Amino acid sequence: MRMLTFAGRNTKELLRDPLTLAFGLGFPLVLLFLLSAIQANVPVSLFEVEHLTPGVAVFGLSFMTLFSATLISKDRGSSLLRRLYTTPLTSLDFILGYTLPILPMAVAQATICYLAALFLGLEVTVNLLFAILFILPVSLLYIGIGLLCGSVLTDKQAGGVCGGLLTNLAAWLSGTWFDLDLVGGAFKTIANALPFVHAVELERGVLAGNFSEALPHLWWVLGYAVLTLAAAVGLFLRQMKRQ
Amino acid sequence: MDAIRIENLTKEYKDTVAVDNLSFTVAQGELFSLLGVNGAGKTTTIKMLSCLTLPTAGDAFLHGKSICKESAAVKAMVGVSPQETAVAPGLTVYENLELICGLYGLKKDARKERIDEIVASLRLEKMLRKKAGKLSGGWQRRLSIAMALISHPRILFLDEPTLGLDVIARSELWDLIRSLKGKTTILLTTHYMEEAEALSDRVAIMKDGRLLICDTPAGIKNAAGKESFGDAFIHIVKEGGAL
Repeated sequence: MRMLTFAGRNTKELLRDPLTLAFGLGFPLVLLFLLSAIQANVPVSLFEVEHLTPGVAVFGLSFMTLFSATLISKDRGSSLLRRLYTTPLTSLDFILGYTLPILPMAVAQATICYLAALFLGLEVTVNLLFAILFILPVSLLYIGIGLLCGSVLTDKQAGGVCGGLLTNLAAWLSGTWFDLDLVGGAFKTIANALPFVHAVELERGVLAGNFSEALPHLWWVLGYAVLTLAAAVGLFLRQMKRQ
Repeated sequence: MDAIRIENLTKEYKDTVAVDNLSFTVAQGELFSLLGVNGAGKTTTIKMLSCLTLPTAGDAFLHGKSICKESAAVKAMVGVSPQETAVAPGLTVYENLELICGLYGLKKDARKERIDEIVASLRLEKMLRKKAGKLSGGWQRRLSIAMALISHPRILFLDEPTLGLDVIARSELWDLIRSLKGKTTILLTTHYMEEAEALSDRVAIMKDGRLLICDTPAGIKNAAGKESFGDAFIHIVKEGGAL
């Protein structure tokens, strides 16, 4: 009950920030429509909607990382978190309270992204529902990164690292904007060792109905999500003790 | 039973002793002030008593519950108004109060009644629907104090509660604090001598983490041989407790 009260507060803080709507929803949609418009005017297959939409849906989650990291680091920077530490909230309440509000937002964001893609020619299949369902493990990964960054960075640093660095890294290394085979070499090796490309390939596989191809990517995503969340929880508890 | 019993409480940071072997008791319903120049250890003492940080040595008991071993029970009985205003900026004044009610487990039907009470006490009616982040510093501080009081704490820690308040707001807060005397045990830190003298049943003066003297305001003036409480404080701190 206490955790839900705290989660409710976090939801309100996030949804009342106009940047949440502008970047969390608006920016991925703009990208989707813009790149689809480019595709319509070039003779080669660059941004086919069934290939592009899963990438944009995953890319949009990097803003969820930014929002959660900024919220936590702002709370840490103010005295609010110190006050909350003196209330009966437990460590688990804090972690769940920061994590749970982002999950429905991530699902809503992915749903809107896929619905918008229907207007751009994406075929209506039951796999759309699975693609939205499989966004949940990917969301856990991105929320974990947000919790981790929020636990160690100031709100200004979180804005720079998550808003600038992570969104770019996650985009370039995900194979959304270009085929990683085109670059190859060390770039491709590094991209394959990180979770971002696997998150996109998981969504692409599920959307296409190729579940057997998607499954190995799910393990990559889940593995990274568990590691990131564990590190994030450890760091959050450490800073909680330091307070 | 004493409301607060502090036994040889010590807090060390790397090469600094912030609180040095502190011992005193506070009776139930007493208003007890901690005075000292910056760095005296007042805020660190409150942080330990409110379970924000663990002591390096010693222990303290709040209504018989150890701050080291029974932090959950301690947290359930205390209210803290930190030195800096600690409010959720994106929530309205009403929602901030509702948040704290929820964190302390107040049932929904009891919340409104309690919020109405505290809003009337601190004259927050006109601000109820305004976002806390948009309030002036003085109003934020009032809200911060209301948040500390709303859970009906048995022990209230007020860390420089009137800092930044104008004369009228300070006078109103004094009235509120006086109205709590006898019902709630209050531990107050302040830099304002007249505040400590006007409000306190007893005062403890600290310097470099150590307790110099603990007595009634009149007793402290007598011990220092001074007419005014401010002069007595200066004399005691300069003498370093050689009384």
